[in-house]
Amino acid sequence: MNALARHRYHRAAPVVLVLLLLALVTGIAAAVSTASSADAATTTADDAAEGEKLFAANCASCHGLDATGTDGVAPSLVGVGAAAVDFQVGTGRMPMQASGPQAPAKRTQFSQEEISQLAAFVASLGAGPAIPTAEQVDPELGDAANGMELFRTNCAMCHGSVGGGGALTQGKFAPSLWETTPTHIYEAMLTGPQSMPVFNDANITPEGKRNIIAYIEAQDAGSPGGLRLGAIGPVAEGMWGWLVALGLIIASTVWIGARSS
Amino acid sequence: MGARLDAAAAGTANYVDERTSIGGFVKFFARKLFPDHWSFMLGEIALYSFVVLLLSGVFLTAFFVPSMTIVTYDGPLATMQGVEMSEAFASTLHMSFEVPGGLLMRQIHHWSALLFTAAIVTHMARVFFTGAFRKPRELNWLVGFTLMILSLAAGFSGYSLPDDVLSGNGLRIIEGVFRSIPIVGEYASYWVFGGEFPGEILIPRLFTMHILLVPGLILVLIALHLFLVFLHKHTQYPGGGRTHKNVVGLPLFPVYTAKAGGFFFVVFGIVALVAAVFTINPVWNYGPYDPSPVSAGTQPDWYILFVDGALRLMPGWLFDIIPMEWELWGYTLSLNILIPAVILPGLFFGFVALYPFIEAWATGDRGEKHVLDRPRNAPVRTGIGVATITFYVILVMEGSNDIIANLFHLSLNDLTYFFRIGIFVLPALAFWITRRLCFGLQRKDRELVLHGKETGRIVRHEHGEYQEVHEPLTDDERWILVSYEDIAPLEIEPEFNDRGVRRKGYRWDRFKQQLSRIYFEKRISPVTPEELAEAQHSHH
Amino acid sequence: MSTTENPTSHESEQNPESFEDPGVPYHRPRRADVDPKAEKKAERQVAALFGVSIVGTIVAVGAYMVLDMTDEIESIRFTNMVIGLGIFLAMIGIGLGAIHWAKTLMRDHEMVEERHELRSSDEAREGAIQNLKDGAEDSGISGVKRRPLLVGTGVLALLAAPLAVLWPQIGNMGADWNTSNFGHTMWRKGTRLARDPDGTPIKASDVTIGSAFHVIPEGLNELEHHKIEEKAKAVVLLLRLDPRDLKIQEGREDWSFDGIVAYSKICTHVGCPVALYEQQTHHLLCPCHQSTFDVADGAKVVFGPAKRPLPQLPIAVDEEGYIVAQSDFHEPIGPSYWTRLKDTSDGLHADETEEGGH
Repeated sequence: MNALARHRYHRAAPVVLVLLLLALVTGIAAAVSTASSADAATTTADDAAEGEKLFAANCASCHGLDATGTDGVAPSLVGVGAAAVDFQVGTGRMPMQASGPQAPAKRTQFSQEEISQLAAFVASLGAGPAIPTAEQVDPELGDAANGMELFRTNCAMCHGSVGGGGALTQGKFAPSLWETTPTHIYEAMLTGPQSMPVFNDANITPEGKRNIIAYIEAQDAGSPGGLRLGAIGPVAEGMWGWLVALGLIIASTVWIGARSS
Repeated sequence: MGARLDAAAAGTANYVDERTSIGGFVKFFARKLFPDHWSFMLGEIALYSFVVLLLSGVFLTAFFVPSMTIVTYDGPLATMQGVEMSEAFASTLHMSFEVPGGLLMRQIHHWSALLFTAAIVTHMARVFFTGAFRKPRELNWLVGFTLMILSLAAGFSGYSLPDDVLSGNGLRIIEGVFRSIPIVGEYASYWVFGGEFPGEILIPRLFTMHILLVPGLILVLIALHLFLVFLHKHTQYPGGGRTHKNVVGLPLFPVYTAKAGGFFFVVFGIVALVAAVFTINPVWNYGPYDPSPVSAGTQPDWYILFVDGALRLMPGWLFDIIPMEWELWGYTLSLNILIPAVILPGLFFGFVALYPFIEAWATGDRGEKHVLDRPRNAPVRTGIGVATITFYVILVMEGSNDIIANLFHLSLNDLTYFFRIGIFVLPALAFWITRRLCFGLQRKDRELVLHGKETGRIVRHEHGEYQEVHEPLTDDERWILVSYEDIAPLEIEPEFNDRGVRRKGYRWDRFKQQLSRIYFEKRISPVTPEELAEAQHSHH
Repeated sequence: MSTTENPTSHESEQNPESFEDPGVPYHRPRRADVDPKAEKKAERQVAALFGVSIVGTIVAVGAYMVLDMTDEIESIRFTNMVIGLGIFLAMIGIGLGAIHWAKTLMRDHEMVEERHELRSSDEAREGAIQNLKDGAEDSGISGVKRRPLLVGTGVLALLAAPLAVLWPQIGNMGADWNTSNFGHTMWRKGTRLARDPDGTPIKASDVTIGSAFHVIPEGLNELEHHKIEEKAKAVVLLLRLDPRDLKIQEGREDWSFDGIVAYSKICTHVGCPVALYEQQTHHLLCPCHQSTFDVADGAKVVFGPAKRPLPQLPIAVDEEGYIVAQSDFHEPIGPSYWTRLKDTSDGLHADETEEGGH
């Protein structure tokens, strides 16, 4: 956003309200930000031991003390790997607070250290995907063009063309990816959390995953056309066309039609 | 200097007039009167956004290449490097990213397309609710209706030109709809696409349609539309001195030249502002058309959204047991597509087009109507209008149900179930509520005429009673409230004449009478002078 | 119901039946009409608005000349925005100025113009009818010297003539009109399933439980002609479910492999790519009209406007461990059409069945 467009908002006070309302409705309002940064700390046996304590206190009520899950309540975590734990706990989806169509992202309850300990414990139960290294998720090293091709084919149908999110059946949804950290995006592809299918390394190679991350990160530059209205397509555009363009013009017809004092 | 300029002007005028007799036209047009009201400018918005479309469209044709030949992208956009795409898509990227002001022109063009269709619909609604479609303007309603349909064609063909994933999936839906047509469907698809979908010829065909055929027809019909407006002279709202036999207003020159001319610049300015600040149709996000990908939020522009909504609303299995696609004698009939995408829009648009004639049957009125109705004074018409809009809005909302579901954390399945019932219930409810509201407003008008305006001043009478002082209306104020027509249901001749012979045309008359009863059985008559005199008498 | 009701026409002695039209209200003067100061002020305002327009034009043209648009998104956005705001000012200044001028300074006395009924006079109508009659008589279309032969053949010729142009035109527009192409795709016995978009083949071991692969036939990317048309029909979703969740359909016992199933990605409703796979519920959702298919149960419709299940591609695994098609689809993929059932087959192409016969 540049200064000229902001200036307009100050001048046209009544419009501000409409714009803000629209901004809210079209989902520009920022999603809950996720905190943790990507650092794949090396884990030790101590970590796993600490993790087991954390697990018993926070997770075992659903997943069971041995993490083999409870039928109809929570899945077994044997073999899901450290990546799944880092994603689910790191984005605040786990521990789940209330049952609903799906577990939403929220403020994480644990420090990155505690998450690493939990991950180490779950990883010790059976082989599974590991947390990616910083290099694996570095958007600078990715090819955004290839990332876009992969994203279009594998991701855009649920997450939208630029990762703004979209609806699934029965109240489930694919979340916006704009606030998600590269590590979490990588882990989600690797582990297929909740409704999301798994995209293992045989499906999308590690380079491909990094390219996808590069494509999503490229969205930070915004749209060359100006504000992007939530980037959700023609529905938002139509609504803005009616409310802002036609609204302003009809307001001016009222002025034209009113008799001068 | 002034004298020389005058002489030059006179000379030019003389030169032109001797060759065209333009003097007569100028004399006729210059002082033509137009009534002043903001709602009379809605059609102008449509006209001016069309002019903006032409101006920006000329710019775009200078850079757009209507070709489906595959090229490899080699431009500034990082996310498209080395990607295969059609020349149509590549040239759209080129004009957006490498031509200064090119993206602005694309956005001006697309925003004014949305505005064009929105203004047409708003203008139609104004004409509808005020009864401006009545005799002698029924034919002009049809011209306007055709313009509305053409605007949809212009919009859809333009939306498809960049050959991106979003519009490509839209075209694929259209192809699916073509296929569903019994017997000829598959050939219709081949005819449009020049073979199997998507083919290599569609974009050039759409281009010709978009820049020549449709805008040419629109221009011709706009000329006809405006010619008829001039011929009929403009309608006017009720008020002192305004009758069906005159027009009261201000002259075309200079007042409306300045107002309407200035309004063009206002419309252009606001479109430019919106286009400068807001992105529209970012095709670089969708990527070049490829039949495999699709993105969440795959919707057409707003004016086609109602068809998409109808397609979403229609169940493939009615009550989960009755299939809506029938296999009859080895042939397939896809009612799940035909009903929402062909039959429903056909009936809907047919009703809109024919409405002036339907209402004329009900009123049985043959006179020219130049004074508009206040919507409350035509309760059934206003109710029908609101019900129609409700019906349309439900379809649009169902067409956006995934967006709504995602924003408000609802289930799109629940939304669909709700709208499936709502499409039948809500328009009827809207009709009923609107009609009641109209009657209520009419009763309020009667109150005002009979007892005057409340002033808020309380006086105490000699005998101790407190009473609020009511101020009688002025003649001008009262006239607006009482000058509407009180139409009674049609009376028709009996079925049999005195010799017991059945009359020809009786059934048609009876139909019209029944229609008329729906419209006018229940009505609230305007206050008569006698009633007013009585009310005033009882006050003193 | 009188046609043109004139409210003053039915007056009775005491209380007229309807009120009397009070006539056009008196003109109320505006401030600028009576106060020379207000008039001057309005004039200055209009001039200032026109000035705004000139500034806007300078901004737009100046921005075009001065701003150096680079490849950066930020630079493209800035250039377009400044030019756009310049155009906005240039236009809105003129518009508001002209309207303000009209509203405050131009005479605003309402005037009255009489309307005339649109109907032509009886005399004109008679004249028109007579002229048409005369013309018809002169030409022999009607009257004493009628020439029905000429009229009949003339009308016939006129009706037929457009066909001479339209028939070839319409005839050429549908290419070869071979709509039986709807009935088959490029999948054949032994074609490997490959990743979309890069075209590399997929091994059964690559497809872990919960995976979703977007698939094209191997060799599609190398096609010289009709690549996009073939892709539009051949795209497939390859999924692996826990074999315990999978309800094998009757007659399709050997169409899947250890929980791996392949279904056409083209919706049986109107042809959008059905691509939203929810791996927990095994539901496939079409983003266009929300038809939902249950992959665990033969891709049957569980919600939405589609009626038929997605066609299944029979698959097997070759010696090298790659997933291959057993045949083409056994029914036309995508939306229904009138003769769809005629194109339903055993999935083998003509050349394949011939080979089989030898």
